[in-house]
Amino acid sequence: MKRFKGFLIKEFHHIFRDKRSLLILFGIPIVQILLFGYAITNELKDGKIAILDQSKDEITQEISNKILSSGYFMLYEDLESQNDIESAFQRGIIKEVIIFEPEFSEKLFRDGKASVQLLADASDPNLANMIIGYTSSIIQNYQQGLIKSGSVQPVITTEVKMIYNPELKGVYMFVPGLMSVILLLVSALMTSISITREKEMGTMEVLLVSPLKPVQIVVGKVIPYFLLAFVDTCMILLLARFVFDVPLTGSLLLLILESILYIITALSLGILFSTISNNQQTAMMLSLSGLMLPTILLSGFIFPIDNMPYILQLFSNFIPAKWFVIIVKGIMLKGNNFFYIWKETLILVGMTIFFLLLTIKKFKIRLQ
Amino acid sequence: MHIVEVSGIHKSYKSTKALDDISFDVNYGEIFGFIGPDGAGKTTLFRILTTLLIPDKGNALVLGNDVVKDYKKIRKRVGYMAGRFSLYQDLTVEENLKFYATIFGTTIEENYDLIKEIYVQIEPFKKRRAGKLSGGMKQKLALCCALIHKPDLLILDEPTTGVDPVSRNEFWDMLMNLKEQGITILVSTPYMNEAALCDRVALIQNGKTLSIDTPENIINRYTKIILGVRSDNMYDLLLKLQKYKYTHSVQPFGEYLHYTDKREKPNLEELKDYLNKNGHTSSEIITTPPDIEDCFMELMEEKEHVN
Amino acid sequence: MSTDSIIIKAEDLTKRFGKFTAVDSISFEVKKGEIFGFLGANGAGKTTAIKMLCGLWKPTTGKANVAGFDVYKQTEQIKKTVGYMSQKFSLYDDLTVKENVSFYGGVYGLSNNSIKEKSEYLIKKLEIEKEKDELIKSLPLGWKQKLAFSVAVLHDPLLVFLDEPTGGVDPITRRQFWNMIYESASNGVTIFVTTHYMDEAEYCDRVSMMVDGKIAALDTPRNLKNRFNVKSMHDVFVKLARPDYVPNPIPSNQITTL
Repeated sequence: MKRFKGFLIKEFHHIFRDKRSLLILFGIPIVQILLFGYAITNELKDGKIAILDQSKDEITQEISNKILSSGYFMLYEDLESQNDIESAFQRGIIKEVIIFEPEFSEKLFRDGKASVQLLADASDPNLANMIIGYTSSIIQNYQQGLIKSGSVQPVITTEVKMIYNPELKGVYMFVPGLMSVILLLVSALMTSISITREKEMGTMEVLLVSPLKPVQIVVGKVIPYFLLAFVDTCMILLLARFVFDVPLTGSLLLLILESILYIITALSLGILFSTISNNQQTAMMLSLSGLMLPTILLSGFIFPIDNMPYILQLFSNFIPAKWFVIIVKGIMLKGNNFFYIWKETLILVGMTIFFLLLTIKKFKIRLQ
Repeated sequence: MHIVEVSGIHKSYKSTKALDDISFDVNYGEIFGFIGPDGAGKTTLFRILTTLLIPDKGNALVLGNDVVKDYKKIRKRVGYMAGRFSLYQDLTVEENLKFYATIFGTTIEENYDLIKEIYVQIEPFKKRRAGKLSGGMKQKLALCCALIHKPDLLILDEPTTGVDPVSRNEFWDMLMNLKEQGITILVSTPYMNEAALCDRVALIQNGKTLSIDTPENIINRYTKIILGVRSDNMYDLLLKLQKYKYTHSVQPFGEYLHYTDKREKPNLEELKDYLNKNGHTSSEIITTPPDIEDCFMELMEEKEHVN
Repeated sequence: MSTDSIIIKAEDLTKRFGKFTAVDSISFEVKKGEIFGFLGANGAGKTTAIKMLCGLWKPTTGKANVAGFDVYKQTEQIKKTVGYMSQKFSLYDDLTVKENVSFYGGVYGLSNNSIKEKSEYLIKKLEIEKEKDELIKSLPLGWKQKLAFSVAVLHDPLLVFLDEPTGGVDPITRRQFWNMIYESASNGVTIFVTTHYMDEAEYCDRVSMMVDGKIAALDTPRNLKNRFNVKSMHDVFVKLARPDYVPNPIPSNQITTL
């Protein structure tokens, strides 16, 4: 055990003394998440909308005015009937249609409840989400004002409907996607490089000749990166939550457990790569082109899997990140519990066991 | 009972034969040297003895243990210094030593006596990263690391390669001291003149041993008379001697050319005459005892003739 | 001595890395056609000095002129007129003998005809007719080094820098290598060579010894041995590099005269 501890200390020395690996470990996650985050969160200004006011009373006028005077929106046209909505969107200019139901103010004061329907063009899902958010908050504000001034408790319900992309794919997707890429980078790439470096420097020879067991060498190599990948996970989640307001609707504990599982999958891949490459360059090439690229392209992180050719869709099933993205998305955005994601979890577990078995078969207690 | 017993080892990589039927024994307490150029098979052999490689054919016992079956027992008791000094460049001198002590389940303090004489020389730099040390200091640190668990057998793969002559001298002094403390040393080197410092040597070339014996015996077995010849223009002298009809071999050797004659005894007068005629009027001829390099070259040529 | 017989002239050449002075104000001259041994302990500053003379690194202060060109301004001309070979890098492992020769011929701007002519001559001279289409990595080290030297002088440079060219090479090939050096030198090529084999130091016309960034001695091997009253260059080296070193009681194998 003392041997093992000594080994671990050495590993941490390596990591904290190498500026490049520190940069990869902590710099890249922060930069990537800020980059992705800000690239999609553009400020909303003068968004063109259409209004279908089926009530045309005092209240709907007041709400419309509030929305239009907010500076975020600009009225492009007034619609006359439901039938105009489709064609209004298809012209591609307006991003949102606000529909007030008939007899809006009567219903509001008589029943204490009236509803506004918000239709958004979600082909740009990020923008759609933002527009809906802004509109609803203006309506909420107005409603708050009503509560203060009157004795009744009127409730305006906003009914949101996304068209063209009802599941809002893409929104917040960068967080699960980035997590899958960064954890892979830290776990697989860094571990395989750190093991092959020992081979390249000739120190592996001496380690193998020492009483250290090969399994101790591997575990000792893996633990630091496991911890660091975990730190990265927390970092990404905190940034996502507090800088970009990405919601976490599901269980944090479940998310963390699933992340740990994915880290182990990635680590086992890293060890596997290091057993088949003899120098850092090969390990890096293997990790980057054999792992990173397929992960970015085929995990559904940037390009929706549904739109891919069938053969690539099939192939994407072998990418661990694909399953991890589904899991994280489910937990963070849909609030899924384990019951909904056990299949994906099982696939990841299976992959990990497969890679580990392969590694054990491939790992050499000697140089050849 | 020998500390190392090797019989009939073969090892090939793809099409190249790295080791071709190697057999030898190493006695307890001696310095045994493997002398040969790069690519002769020294590293492959040492990796087999340190259980890092498995031979294709043949057996090897180290400290009475088989290198294939009992590799774990061997790994605990052997100190190994790989070529290129296996140090962690980004760890300090002290951290390197401490690390190797820990993985062998010991501490620096426990075996300090053994390394003391070597370590005091690098101790002033103990906070310096190993990557920033000079070649000689790296070599000393690597030796300390290989010694820290008080091994019974020290296997050093080309510890002096690329190191300047002074550091090489100092290094051999250290090996002599270790030998006195009862440690058996198996060392390889491409520098022929280091053979004289070993108790016994194996000359190795192209995966085959040319000769295994004490340096004295190897030299004694060399029967030819060597003449050292020098003149003002050494290159021309070499060319002229290569053309001389009685020349068996002529090779540059320091400030002299080493000349051997085809006949049993060279005729000095005749040789002097030949040189005079060929413009080397102020040449100097001496007789000189063979050194290990003469023997090595002679054995190499013999081997080539056999093939 | 007329200046045109001088091919390297260094005056107070200095290179500092931060606070550390790697080469400390060295001055020396190398004559055309001589074999100049550039010796020194590890870390004495040899490699740094060679890099400055080849035009790879700019000196911190001082002057140096190589083959008539200034090491500050005319580095491109220097690179064209000198050859360079080192133990670590010489030929491409994954190219064949012929491809390496053509590549380096091309780099130095030789015409296709002359490349062809020279490679045929070289292959014949080194007796590697059979191996000419084999990858470099399949050749024995000694052959590689001999070939690397031939390639380094392919463009008929006035001066060749050889950085530990014979490290790890077997004794016979090592001597064959030196025969090639001698041959080039007799054709007027200046040889600037570093080595850890002290017997090779004896083959040089003149030898300089670097100690801690300075040139501690520069003379013919014979004069150096006389000056220190020792029998071999090995002992000269030890006396200069480590004056306080007490030789061990082990017999060192030296040539003893009868």
